[in-house]
Amino acid sequence: MSHTFSIGGIHPGERKISRDCSIEAMPVPDTVYISVAQHIGAPAKPIVAVGDKVVTGQPIAEPGGFVSAYIHSSVSGTVKSIGPRKDLAGKQQTTIEISVEGDEWAEDIDRTDSLVTVIPDDNKAILEKIRTCGVVGLGGATFPTHVKLSPPPGKKCETLIINGCECEPYLTSDFRTMMEKGEQVVVGTAIIKQVLGVDKAVIAIEDNKPEAISHMKEIIEKLFKLSSKFSGISVMPMISKYPEGGEKQLIDAVMHRQVKSGGLPIDVGAVVQNIATALAIYDAVQKNKPIIENSITVTGDCLEKQRNLMVRVGTPLSYIMDYAGGIPADAVKIISGGPMMGKAVSNPDAATLKGTSAILFLTSPQTERKIQSQCIRCGRCAEACPMGLEPFLLNKLALNDDDEGLEANAAQDCIECGCCLYSCPANIPLLDVIRVAKAKILGIIKARAKAAAQSK
Amino acid sequence: MNRLIVSPSPHLHAEVSVRSLMLDVVIALLPAVVVSVIFYGLRELSVLAVSVISCVLLEYLITKYLLKKQNTTGDLSAVVTGILLALNLPATTPWWIVFIGSVVAIGVAKMTFGGIGQNVFNPALTGRVFLLISFPKYLTRWEIPTGLFGKGMGTDAVSGATPLTAIKEGLMQGSSVHDIMTAHGYSYGQMLFSNIGGSAGEACAIAIIIGFVYLLLRKVIKPYITLSILGTVAIVSCLFWLGDPSRFTDPLFNLLTGGLLLGSTFMATDYATSPMSIKGGLIFGIGIGFITLMIRYFGSYPEGVSFAILIMNSLVPLLNRWFKQKKYGRA
Amino acid sequence: MIATIVWTIVIITVLGLVLAAILYFIAKRFKVEEDPRIDEVEAVMPGANCGGCGFAGCRAFAEAAVKAPNLDNNYCPVGGNPVMQKVAAILGYEVKEKLPMVAVVRCNGTCENRPRTNYYDGLKSCKVKAALYTGDTGCSFGCLGCGDCVSVCKFDAISMDPDTGLPVVDETKCTACGACVKACPKGIIELRNKGPRNLRVFVSCINKDKGAVARKACKAACIGCGLCVKTCPHDAITLVDNVAYIDYEKCKLCRKCVAVCPTGAIHDVNFPKPVERVSKQKPAVVKTPVEKTVKTEA
Repeated sequence: MSHTFSIGGIHPGERKISRDCSIEAMPVPDTVYISVAQHIGAPAKPIVAVGDKVVTGQPIAEPGGFVSAYIHSSVSGTVKSIGPRKDLAGKQQTTIEISVEGDEWAEDIDRTDSLVTVIPDDNKAILEKIRTCGVVGLGGATFPTHVKLSPPPGKKCETLIINGCECEPYLTSDFRTMMEKGEQVVVGTAIIKQVLGVDKAVIAIEDNKPEAISHMKEIIEKLFKLSSKFSGISVMPMISKYPEGGEKQLIDAVMHRQVKSGGLPIDVGAVVQNIATALAIYDAVQKNKPIIENSITVTGDCLEKQRNLMVRVGTPLSYIMDYAGGIPADAVKIISGGPMMGKAVSNPDAATLKGTSAILFLTSPQTERKIQSQCIRCGRCAEACPMGLEPFLLNKLALNDDDEGLEANAAQDCIECGCCLYSCPANIPLLDVIRVAKAKILGIIKARAKAAAQSK
Repeated sequence: MNRLIVSPSPHLHAEVSVRSLMLDVVIALLPAVVVSVIFYGLRELSVLAVSVISCVLLEYLITKYLLKKQNTTGDLSAVVTGILLALNLPATTPWWIVFIGSVVAIGVAKMTFGGIGQNVFNPALTGRVFLLISFPKYLTRWEIPTGLFGKGMGTDAVSGATPLTAIKEGLMQGSSVHDIMTAHGYSYGQMLFSNIGGSAGEACAIAIIIGFVYLLLRKVIKPYITLSILGTVAIVSCLFWLGDPSRFTDPLFNLLTGGLLLGSTFMATDYATSPMSIKGGLIFGIGIGFITLMIRYFGSYPEGVSFAILIMNSLVPLLNRWFKQKKYGRA
Repeated sequence: MIATIVWTIVIITVLGLVLAAILYFIAKRFKVEEDPRIDEVEAVMPGANCGGCGFAGCRAFAEAAVKAPNLDNNYCPVGGNPVMQKVAAILGYEVKEKLPMVAVVRCNGTCENRPRTNYYDGLKSCKVKAALYTGDTGCSFGCLGCGDCVSVCKFDAISMDPDTGLPVVDETKCTACGACVKACPKGIIELRNKGPRNLRVFVSCINKDKGAVARKACKAACIGCGLCVKTCPHDAITLVDNVAYIDYEKCKLCRKCVAVCPTGAIHDVNFPKPVERVSKQKPAVVKTPVEKTVKTEA
């Protein structure tokens, strides 16, 4: 039986043209630029100084708060500078620049390919390992994983969902990870399952990846014979629809429960982790390996050769693009991430982060915005919105600065998936407007909550 | 790279535009247009031409000289209005009346509200109802002009009145429904496939059903408004008919005659003048179906689809406010 | 026939009178007692309802002014001193004379000075653009050029110069209501003293990057060299975060800083004769926004 989420959604086409390219390790660049703001929450604080020698996998920045994460050197070499550097949007971020010398790894990292299926029993030690290895959610939000795996007291997780939907067009890195490192992903899943103390784990995969579905099923069967720790893990095929991989949509699709506005998945007994995160947890717990590299899809219809690359964190995008054959002549837009939610790159010299999942090249006819015309009230945006909002109305309210109206019509619930703008026949930049309005409303709600807390 | 573009996400856009949607509606209308030209000949062709040309021209002139806005005729919505207006008029309508209809449809019903998407009432229907009230003499003259292939294209039994008019007049004279039907020789096959008299677009039910299916396949419209109108008409007329078959016409007759199919497929589903949510659309459709039938059974006009749609149009803003689609996590 | 017309007139007239009477009594009965001075104050206000005073409109300002114990926190920037004198006279308060202000655009990033590095293809709104990224040039502080300040101005005092891509303030129309200051997500626009005979000197840049970075992004950026600070005989210039700022209350308009600025980031406006520059380099800015309005004025 296939599942999908109940409200809205679109079919933007799959375009998974890089699906048959296996993940290849990319050569290490001469210099890496490791930002200290690679996760949601407080930026990390550098713990190395200029001139220090570092080895691959050595921590170079420590968490700057509770919701924060460790950052490790992805190469071995010398710290050349610590200071502001422009990220892909041109904003200055504190960045540690390391010039590469050789490739010497920290001693405690297990670099062999052997599969370690024996899961340690001490959950506290596992969580500590996840924390010290700087694991963050790699599905897009880069939320520190150890925080997510420590539910607040009184909240109990019932189902663990491993998100293998990869619903964005073009992206294939999660698919390749499942095909090539499926065993590790399942072991990672079992580790999360054990830490959360849940009986049931669901690996959700869209039905446009039938190989992955059958491959993962086989692995689970195989591992189940080894240990009871692999019981209760199942694969759930999902009907392909965007944004299936959205956390709220996936919970609706798998559990038929909806997270209340402003609530967390744990409120309905769900924890969602991405495929890449499960792998990172395996690496951290079983191999002692922090996140120092991630798989990145380099793709685009205008690109001659599609690739899935294993790239060290902090590699400049321009270096990857040169390796992949340079920027195609007819590409006009470089996107970090998928075409629906990824960010357009204005600074190709920016370096990759832990959460970078793809570099996508689009041509002018594919991506250029068309001339906007009047709203014809066809309601396609409302039909497409997976949160059940009315984008045409929010757009109007936002243009009139009607904050009360925006809040009453749930602008703060927008997940910025882009379905509204995608489906608008009049090419109205709905999400452009709503995104800014949402930030404003969230600010108002936060300020109100703060004021209420103070007056108590 | 000399031209790096940066914009907020999403970076892809669906292959759909206002123009492509309106073009689909025009294509869906083609079977009805072709059939009406075959049945009613060159007269119908001239009505269509006058209507479409004057609608497009008026929109162009109004946007250019009165509103001084961007020219919007390229989106083809004026073409749709023009075709619909023509299909809602008898083929014998003089050209100047068609022109007045276009002025009301485009000038009054559409552009005064701000053009496409802003209008409260369906432009083509507003034009038609204006003409019906102002020039009843021309609008109820259902004589059969020569068809494209000579006189008599399936018109043997048609006396000049539409079936609905014949029923209304017959009932007023005291005959029973059955007698009137047999007197005029109406059959359901004839209603489905060939000319039974009436407005040009009402001529052939099958042509409109083909258009409806095309619109559904192209995902231009959702079926629920049309189906709720037809369903309501069928169910309510069934109740009346079972109660007194001599005074009330049967459901199939009601579905196949008059402008019901044309109206429910092309006019009630007009984006700007129909509710956004499914629930709102269902109520909108039920309202149209019910009012149509009440006018047919008890009103002084033989047909009520146009009035029913316009009345329900006025409720659309309220329906949009009351019936919103379900939001995620806010049950 | 005649009778019908007569009866119609009679009935309508009677109906009108009855309803008028009802309305009159309701108006009397439910009248809200208001300080009559609110109306008086509102009458002397400019009536633009621009919100420049910080209140929702002129009426709201009048209500607040009547309630307030003094006029220190209530000032109508649009009406300026003449209006405030009138308000003070009505309310019997003292009013402090404020110097007339004008909005000043502090960016030199013309197309010539600040080459484009990419092209923006989203909604033409500075708010949206600023939320997305730092802009389509190398400078992450400069004007985004989408004209939020233009659309927010109720007095038609700002327009975009198509040649420079920068907003231009028409100082004859600007009322210093501050709407553009709030609208600019980059904080480029500042309200400054209009100056004696409209003479003004200001640093037309807010780039906080280090000199070399700023210079690379824009030829006319303030590079934070501090020459102006050293030159200023009146201690009017401070250098914070690599940007010089001239305190208009201390500035005596000697223009020595304009002469020494190596990039031409300091602008002097409405002076009859151009200042002789010390640096050999040609001033990078040939055409500044405010100078242009002056030309049209003359």
